[in-house]
Amino acid sequence: MRSIWRTLDAVLLRDVTAVALGAAVTGASFGAISVGAGLPWWTPVLMSLLVFAGGSQFMAVGIVAAGGSPAAAVLAGLVLNARHLPFGLAIGDVLGKSPLARIVGSHLMSDESTAFAMAQKDPARARAAYWACGVALFFCWNTGVLAGALAGQAIGDPMTFGLDAAFPAALLALTLPALKDAATRNAALVGAVIALATTPLLPPGLPVLLALAGLVAFRTKKEKPCPSPQS
Amino acid sequence: MPVTAILILAVGTFATRFVGPLLRDRVTLPEKARELMSASATVLLLALVVISALTNGKQFGGWALAIGVLVGGLAAWRKLPFVAVIVLAALTTAGLRMAGVA
Repeated sequence: MRSIWRTLDAVLLRDVTAVALGAAVTGASFGAISVGAGLPWWTPVLMSLLVFAGGSQFMAVGIVAAGGSPAAAVLAGLVLNARHLPFGLAIGDVLGKSPLARIVGSHLMSDESTAFAMAQKDPARARAAYWACGVALFFCWNTGVLAGALAGQAIGDPMTFGLDAAFPAALLALTLPALKDAATRNAALVGAVIALATTPLLPPGLPVLLALAGLVAFRTKKEKPCPSPQS
Repeated sequence: MPVTAILILAVGTFATRFVGPLLRDRVTLPEKARELMSASATVLLLALVVISALTNGKQFGGWALAIGVLVGGLAAWRKLPFVAVIVLAALTTAGLRMAGVA
């Protein structure tokens, strides 16, 4: 673990902090919205600690608040979180070798920690970035949710602060280096068009997964889009 | 939101996170497959960017959001510091909303 912190430089730490602070404010609004929807204060807190996937948490609480069944909320959340599977395949060896590192590291997996790891050039930095982002996000997100749940409606709408623009902008900045590669860029652009075109038609989460079809553009040579690994 | 529902969502989410690292350890992937995996993560991330920049639910997310993310993207492309990218995106969107742009 110590070598991880040594690999971290000031710039990386500053970037991670920026993302984590944004997550704290978004977390506070999640806590406040949940309590506002009639849930006891500990429900969003427990959910954030155990699920730790903001998008699915907002969606699940939103569905229940709108009168939907808990089963529908769980299903929608699971579909939205399915993207962690390909994320894990891509950056699975960044977490570390020990069982504990793999279990804790898996729980800390998020869009942001994956993007931070992907944006690094060498494996040591990728690991440092992944863990720094994961730990910082976990701490800030959960602290934010707790604060929001206790403060309730005093927290404003995060859209007023433009925080909904901060998340995609941060992910875009982290993804830009990988997009320099022409094959990756083609696949990502085709995928983005597919995702955008299917968003009005499909439940949330599925369009993002369908973007993987963009991988047919990854190589001009004939290649299977997704080889199934045998264990 | 019953505790059982939270637990099922938590266990299911953890499973989707855990499968990848577990498989990566059991099988040695050829170079081609590894390239494909890392391309697929980039494909998913850009799709997330585009969807969260342009939509809200099933509809258009509004000009304030789209322009804010575009400004952030331009800042990143011009190699501005990461923190500046985030702050510019959020400030642009917040400013446009304050000015009455949806």
